[in-house]
Formats: sequence, structure tokens, C-alpha cells
Amino acid sequence: MLRRLEVGVPTVLLTAAFVALGATESTTEALYAPWVPLVAGAIAWGVVGRRYRSWGYAEREDDLLVRRGVMFARLSVVPYGRMQFIDVTAGPLERAFGLATVRLHTAAASTDARIPGLEREEAGRLRDSLAELGEAQAAGL
Amino acid sequence: MSATPSESWHRLHPLSPLVRGGRATIAVFIILIPIAFGHDSFGREIPQLGVIALIVLAGLVSWLVTRWRIEDDDLRIETGLLRRQSLRFPLAQVQAIDVVRPGLARLFRVAELRLRMAGSSGATARLAYVAEHEVEPLRDRLLSLARGARHEEAPTAPAAASDPIRTEEHVLATVPTGPLVASILLENWWLVTIFVGLLVGLAVSPHTVSGLLAGGGFLWALSMATFVWRRFNQQYRLTVSDSPDGLHLRGGLVALTAEVIRPGRVQAVRLVEPLLWRPLGWCRLEVDIAGKQRRKGEGEAQRGQLRALIPVGKRSLGLELVDRLLPDRPRELSRPPRRVFWKSPFRYRALSWGRSDTCVATTSGRLRRVTCWVPLEKVQSLRHVQGPVQRRLRLASVHVDTAGRAVHATLRDRDAAEAERALGDLTDLARAARRKPALV
Repeated sequence: MLRRLEVGVPTVLLTAAFVALGATESTTEALYAPWVPLVAGAIAWGVVGRRYRSWGYAEREDDLLVRRGVMFARLSVVPYGRMQFIDVTAGPLERAFGLATVRLHTAAASTDARIPGLEREEAGRLRDSLAELGEAQAAGL
Repeated sequence: MSATPSESWHRLHPLSPLVRGGRATIAVFIILIPIAFGHDSFGREIPQLGVIALIVLAGLVSWLVTRWRIEDDDLRIETGLLRRQSLRFPLAQVQAIDVVRPGLARLFRVAELRLRMAGSSGATARLAYVAEHEVEPLRDRLLSLARGARHEEAPTAPAAASDPIRTEEHVLATVPTGPLVASILLENWWLVTIFVGLLVGLAVSPHTVSGLLAGGGFLWALSMATFVWRRFNQQYRLTVSDSPDGLHLRGGLVALTAEVIRPGRVQAVRLVEPLLWRPLGWCRLEVDIAGKQRRKGEGEAQRGQLRALIPVGKRSLGLELVDRLLPDRPRELSRPPRRVFWKSPFRYRALSWGRSDTCVATTSGRLRRVTCWVPLEKVQSLRHVQGPVQRRLRLASVHVDTAGRAVHATLRDRDAAEAERALGDLTDLARAARRKPALV
């Protein structure tokens, strides 16, 4: 949902801008102009759709799996006991659609476990259950 | 010292502000000397004297308002006049304790005690400076308190702490000076090349070279010289020894450092073999402990570098020490499939990995060969990554993330099925390794 919006909004805005441009300057180039962002937007729509589908997470008994990426497919395994803290963020666009991003932090800086575009209730539930599991299994450094 | 949990406040050594001022102290003396020996009328020197008085006063105040004491299992430091700070460092979370003696501090027979904590903000407790004869007992006391706090055998720990007899140590390795110089120069061979080039240039056409030097080259040369010097200063006669408290490292030419790395705090071990060292069979052994890079001003000698256990030594010696740190290290490393050659033709020959039940090892680097060992109980997370070229070739990489600062073990370019299997195996083994200490 969110990913599609990210493409949708710029495409609509750009198309509108080009149409306006074409209306004021009625040259041949200006007439073709609206098609450029429309085609680009359609391609981006497809790419983004794939990316959206690539995101995924699974709560297992001892660890959380987070999957993402189309070109570079990544799969992270984060043990609950290793989680240092969890944060839930929501940008303006995400907030407008009732979404949020959950991010997991471990003591390693290179861990990148991010789950974007969750429904807000789901994000809250995930955060609480992760925090609980983390506490139960916490391991020292 | 009594073993009661709360003791009275201590102050730092009275000479601390003088040593801490460092260059400022020297500058003050330089201003003072002409005044003392000058024949001018005294009235003209009043501004200078005023500045000096202010500096001295500031030093005195900073000394007066700083105090510390040990409270139960915490080290508490209070400091600051306007912005009062009360810092509490739980000893159970100490990663390493350093004793640092810069040149000026050695002159005044004082030393700095530094406790490194695991916090991601890189918090370090500094006691600068403590009298030289007090610093070692204090360090031993903190160490045994830390140990006691960790294993919860507190009744015996304070008694052991006040025991004046040093715990026995076992010297593992020490670095000879000759190879150290050679190794630093060989590793930074391009620096040497440029330097020699400059000298030759100076003989052939002095004008060009002096022009180069004037145009910023001089500053560059100076910074490079400091870099080499710092390295040398830090690693001069570095000795590693083993004791119940952990690994002891001590060495240094002008600034002496003594460091204790507590057992079980090592996040990863790395063996580095730069290109020109390899014909000589030399290596450098580094350990990585938790915590961020230290900020500016906190021990410049160690910034940006891992702690070297052996700055330079024979490969066999390095491996011997690795065995001591990680007794169950994997012996057999497996090579990646042949088709990796098409993806990374240069790196292909250097890549390999292996695992035992408690440890994972990886090698990489065509020119500068790096071997990493990560104990599985220290693994923070695992990542399986497959890029577009890798997918075409049915390859994948597995990254092993640790809490260390720089060591990054990567099972690069393995067969896709093998990588998948490795991810599963390592996840299970890491879980088992994490749980083991809890059972014992």
C-alpha cells in the first residue's frame, strides 16, 4: 500500500505539471510531454509492486525473520535475545494512511531489520510481543 | 582500604590539571620563562600573568570539583562546577580497563585509569590522573569487583582485591622493535615510496620539491609522520600475557599503556596479513570488543584502529594465540564453488569459510588477506544476501553481525543451497552457544 503511494503521488503531480505545461505552450513537444511521466510511472508501479511483495517477516520461536529486496534479496535472522531496542516510526505519508515502520536494533550496527508499511495496530502488537520475547530471552553481550 | 560498600570520596592526584593541560602547560612555561629572566619592568607583563593565573585557577577548580568513589558495584565520578555531572559506571559491564601514561604523566609519576563500557554511545569512565603507585592496586580491585559482580560471588571478591600479591601472569608474546619498524614501513609502503620519491626529487630538481612542500605537501607529510609515529609509539614492545583477570596488554614508548581485556568480552578476532608482509610470514592479530569508536580526545593513539594483540609476529604465533582465545576454532575451511571466478576473479582465490560448533571463520582479501573468527555466542544477527549477479550464478552470501567495531565476518559467494543451509545451521548453533553459559 505504502510503496504504491510513494510512486503514485509523484507520478500524478508530474503528469499534472506536464499537462499544465502543454496547455500553456501548445507546441508538439509539449503535447507528448504528459506521456513521459505516465509511462515512467507505470514502470515504477510494477517495480514497486514487486518490491512491496518482497517484504515479509515471520515470528519464530527464538528469532524474527525479516525478508526484503528484489534485486538484492536479503533475509535477516535476529534472535529475540539479541534485541537491544525496538522503535516504531511513522512519517507523514505513513501517518496519513495509518501505517508505521518497526525497526529492530541489536548491538551490531550492521543489523538492518526493518519492517515498513505495517498497519498501526499490527505494529503496536509486534512491538509489544517482540519486547516481551526479548526480555524473556535476553542475553548479555 | 576497607571493603565496606560505600567509602569516602577520593580526589584525583593534585598534579592532574597540570598533566591534563598537556600542551597548555608547556605553553605557560614558555610564557613564564622570559618573564622570570626578563629585565623589563614588571608592569608590562600583567596581561600575560593574568592569563596564566586564570588557567591555573581553572585547573585548580576542575581538580577541586572532581571526586570519585566506589559504591557497591558501581564506580561513581562527580565532576564539573557549572555543569555538575554525576556519573555511575556499573562495574559488571566493564569491557576493558586501561592504564595510560602519556609522556608528561610519566614525568610527574601519575597515570590515567580508563574503564571501557559497552554502551553504544562509547561511554568511557576516566580517572585522570591517579598516582602511579596507586593505579595498579586500584585496577586490580576494580577488576575483581567486576568479576565478583558478574559471577555473584561477592563475599570472596573484595578480600582478594585487597590482597597485595599480584595474580600470576603468563607472558604469551612480546613484539621485537626491529620487525615492528619494518612492518609499519612495509604496510605503508606507498608512504615510503612517496618519501623516497621526494628525496630523489630534492636531489634532482630542488625547486619543484620545495614548491610541492610549500603547497600543502608539508602538512600532509607531517600528518603522515604523526600517523607512523603514533602507531610505533603505541605498539612499541607490546606484551600480551594471560591471567585470571583476562588478557593483559602493555607497551608503548613515550605513552605507556596497560590494558586488561576481560575474558568473554572478545567479540571477534582478526588476523591481518598485508601484501608485503606475506613473503616474511608475518601477521597482525587484532581483537574486537564491544562499544563504539572512541570520540576525539579520548586516547588519540587508539582511534580508528582495533586493538592489536600482536602488532607483528609470525603467523604460527598468531594462530597459537587464536587457539588460546578460541580453543575450538574451525580447522578446515572450505573454498567457494569454481563459478565464483566469473563474479570476482581476484577475490576468488582468497575466499573460504569454516565452522565448528562454537566458532565461525572466514577469509577474504586478495592483497591484504584477512581471516576473521567470530565465536557463535557473540553473534548478534545473521543476514542472507543475494545480489543479481549472484542469483544468475546460483550464489549467495551470509553476513555474521557482531557487536564489535570493525570485524565483519562474511561467508561470501557460496553456493545458494549451501548458504541457505549455513544460515539455518549457524542460527541453531548460535542459539545453542548463547544458552550454554546459562546452563553451567
